[in-house]
Order: sequence, then structure tokens, then C-alpha cells
Amino acid sequence: MLNRKIPYIFVTPGLILLVVFLILPLVSIIWPTFYDGAFTFSNYAAFFDSSFNINIMWRTVKISLIVTLWTIVLGLPTAYYIAKANRKWRSLLMGLVLFPLLTNSVVRSFAWINLLGTNGVVNRILLAVGFIDEPIKMLYTEFAITIGSVYLFLPLMITTLVGILENIDEEMIEAAETLGANPWLAFIKVVLPLSIPGVLVGSTLVFTGTLTAYTTPQLLGGNQNMMMSTFLYQNAMTLGNWQQSGVIALIMIATTIIVMNLFNGIARVLDRRGGDLNA
Amino acid sequence: MRKNNSLKLIVIPVFIFLFLPLFIIIVTSFGEKPTIQFPIEGFTLDWYANVFRVGGFLDSFWLSLRIAILATLLALLVGIPAAYAISRYKFPGRQVLKQFFLSPTIIPGVVVGFSLFQFIVITMQIPLFTGLLLGHFIISLPYIIRVVGSSLEQLDVSLEEASWTLGCTKQETFFKVVLPNISSGIYASFMLAFINSFNNIPVSQFLTGPGLTALPTTLMSYIEYNYNPTVSALSVMLMLLTIGLMVLIEKTLGLASIS
Repeated sequence: MLNRKIPYIFVTPGLILLVVFLILPLVSIIWPTFYDGAFTFSNYAAFFDSSFNINIMWRTVKISLIVTLWTIVLGLPTAYYIAKANRKWRSLLMGLVLFPLLTNSVVRSFAWINLLGTNGVVNRILLAVGFIDEPIKMLYTEFAITIGSVYLFLPLMITTLVGILENIDEEMIEAAETLGANPWLAFIKVVLPLSIPGVLVGSTLVFTGTLTAYTTPQLLGGNQNMMMSTFLYQNAMTLGNWQQSGVIALIMIATTIIVMNLFNGIARVLDRRGGDLNA
Repeated sequence: MRKNNSLKLIVIPVFIFLFLPLFIIIVTSFGEKPTIQFPIEGFTLDWYANVFRVGGFLDSFWLSLRIAILATLLALLVGIPAAYAISRYKFPGRQVLKQFFLSPTIIPGVVVGFSLFQFIVITMQIPLFTGLLLGHFIISLPYIIRVVGSSLEQLDVSLEEASWTLGCTKQETFFKVVLPNISSGIYASFMLAFINSFNNIPVSQFLTGPGLTALPTTLMSYIEYNYNPTVSALSVMLMLLTIGLMVLIEKTLGLASIS
């Protein structure tokens, strides 16, 4: 009798704390967006009616997508190189990748203020070589958010991929090369297809990460280039518009869940097709 | 070999991309000019001394340290029994519960921060320190459930059964057999949750008040109004802290355990 109660006793403290301090607060910010004396969707209709809001949503999705693609393009060859390096080299390189990942994201965004600012390193170099006559505006642009986010999330993509790529059998690549594929062709024909499950996991992390990141758009985007998270912060803390903040919060949660399910769905479909090929 | 050489065309630029921006921060922290520039003029350590004098960085550091340690310990206290129940007992709702305990990871940080700010600070009038602690507890819990959970999955149940057969009670078995065997998982989850909490911004950003501002939030608002090498110096100190933690993890568990 007591035995059956034990697991419930063990999970109860966590359950209560999560319900009271995660679920209740969430309900308390989202409920008022639907209920205003009577049930209404007008807050959401109003949100989607504004081209200003739509622009911010579109910018957020667009940047997340571009960042995901860049982290794949840069991360996949790097992760493959690390996965296939000898043991000592591999742990050194993994340490080097982990270092930025574990360093505060304010520091990592600040690094790009130094590079992209009007008097920043990039402008100084371009001026010095005579490529430009006056500094170009790079900071506080979508470009700055994009490159800052690639910088932020590339280590995450690499560490996710290394784990998967380590399991690819070296002999498959050797076989491809013996059969006449050059290293790049072998990479594209053998490594790439086998790495897709890892790429999907990494993409989910990077896409939802960029979608909800606060620090980088705040420091590198400025007020002209808000993303969903900075928009939520502005509405909640500067404008005190809590209803709109609740609307943005629910949209962000929904987008995250949709994206996760989408990537999981793709992974499942590909898995099934792989299974069919083997059968 | 040829394969590695052509890959290096991407790998070397990637590592330069990852480290050049950090290298520039390090260099700028030694410049004498009161505004950040690269390359620097002169050499000074004044900005490092400045970190301890201005902006309330020191107070924020202690606050962040306390919050990260307390929140992670609370998450361990609550998370270990939960992870144990989920992995060792078959009961209705087990899978749902596991998903529920991991759910803070799918809620965006700014949403957690905003909802806690509104509910805890405004509606319930709970002191800010407690709010900050609870916010960091919530984002830490999934690390404990996941990492301790997978340690438990890997631990052979027959060890526990042997202990019961030999006369230990369930409680004795838990403390004498289970806990020592999952200690490295507990340690790894502590480190992960600690680093994540210490570095967190979106949650802390909403839960801030006079004398109670987490270090990353203090640094962030300082950057918005100042552009001087104090920020570089503090950044270098934070990088050193990261290196220190990495060395600690490497010496004890190996970095592979957290990646």
C-alpha cells in the first residue's frame, strides 16, 4: 500500500513548485488575453492586424531560419573534422568549441559591438584599405543580429553534430573513396545523408534558440530591429502593456512548439523512408 | 589526409570566427583610452580595478553566485527524488510527468521571466530575491531531471536488488548504493545547471530591483550606457571563470560528460 504511494511522494514537491511557479504564472498572463468580461479573440486579431507586429514576427522567423542554415553550413564540416580527428586532438577541439558555449552571451554579443560599431574593427580595416570612404552602418541592423546569433549558436550546432557524426563508420567513407568519389563527393553522398538526424536535432535547438533569444537582438539590433523577445520585454517593462505581452508570450510558445513538432515530424518521415530502403 | 586538408578550408576559418572576437575583447581591456578601440594605445590594468569600483558589478556577482548555487541545490533536492521515481517505479502518468518536468525548456526564457514578474512580484508580492531564486530553480530543474535521470537509467537495478536481498532497507539502499553510483551524474547536472543559471539573462532581466540585479543584467545595462574598457575587463574575468569551471569539469568528469 505504502509502496504504491512512494513515487507520488517523490514527485510531489517538484510538481507543486512547477504548477505554482510556472503553470499558474503562465495562465495568469495568457488568460487575460482571451477573457475581457467575455471570451474574445480580439487581442489576437488586433495583434495580427498590425503590419508593425507582423514585421517583427517575420523578422524573427527570417533571422532564425538564416541563422539555422549558416550554423549547418559552417557546423557540419567542422563537426565532421572534430569527430574524425584522433582522440587527443578531438578533446582539445571540443574544449575550444565548448568555451564560447559556456561563456556568457552578453560577452559574446559585446564582442560584435566592438567589431561592427561605427569605429569598430571592421570599419577601421575597410577604411584603412580604402575599400570605403566613410564607416558603414552595421551595428543595430538585421545583419548584426544575424551574425551575432550565428556566433552564439554555432558551438551548440557543432557539439550536437559531433556526437552523431562520431558514430558514422569510417569504412563507408573509405568505400566511397575507393569506388572513385573524391573527398568532397564522399562527404556529400555519404556523410551528409547520415548526418541528417543530427542536423535536425541541432536545427531545432538553434532555430528555437534564435527565435527566443533576448540578449543578441537587444544588444546588436537596437530599437529599430526588434525581435519577438525584445518586443515582449519592451511591451511588458517599458510600455506596461501586459495584455499585448501575454499575446506575444503565447505566440512565442506556440511557435516554439510548432517548430519542434515540425522538425520531429521531418525526422520521423526520414526515419521511415530509411527503414523502407533497408527492408 | 587529403580529405582533412580540404575540410580545413572551412574548419580553420570557423575557429578564427569563434575566437577572434573574444581575442579582440582581451586586447581592448588593456587600452589606455577611455573608449574601446582596437588596436589599443598604451597599456594599463586600470580597467580591471575599475570592475571592482563601478556599476555594482561586485554586488551583482555575489548575488548571481548565491542565486545559481541555491537554485541548483533546490533543483537537486526536488529533482533527484523525482528522477528516481520516474526511472525506478512504474506508475500511471510516469511519462507525462517526465515531459512535464522537462517542460520549462520549451517555454522561452523571456516568457518565464515575464510571467514570474507579473505573478510573483506584482500579484503575490513575494520578495524579489525569492522570485529570482524560483525563476532560476525552474530553468535548472530540467538539467537535473535529464542528466540524473540518464545516470539512473544506466545504473543496473540488480545492484539495488542485491542490496535489498542483503538486508538493507529501501532508504539505506538509496543512500548507500544508488546515490554514490550516480554521484558523477549529480555533479555534472549541478555544473550544467549552475553555469546556465549564472549566465541566464532573459529570466533575470525581468526580476531585478535595487541592490538585487544579477551580474549579466548589470553588465547588459552598463553596456547600453557606457562604452569603455571596463566591459572588456569584466568580460575577460568572466572568460577566466569559464576556463576555471572547464578545468574543474575536465579534471573531475572529463568535458565529454557535459557535451
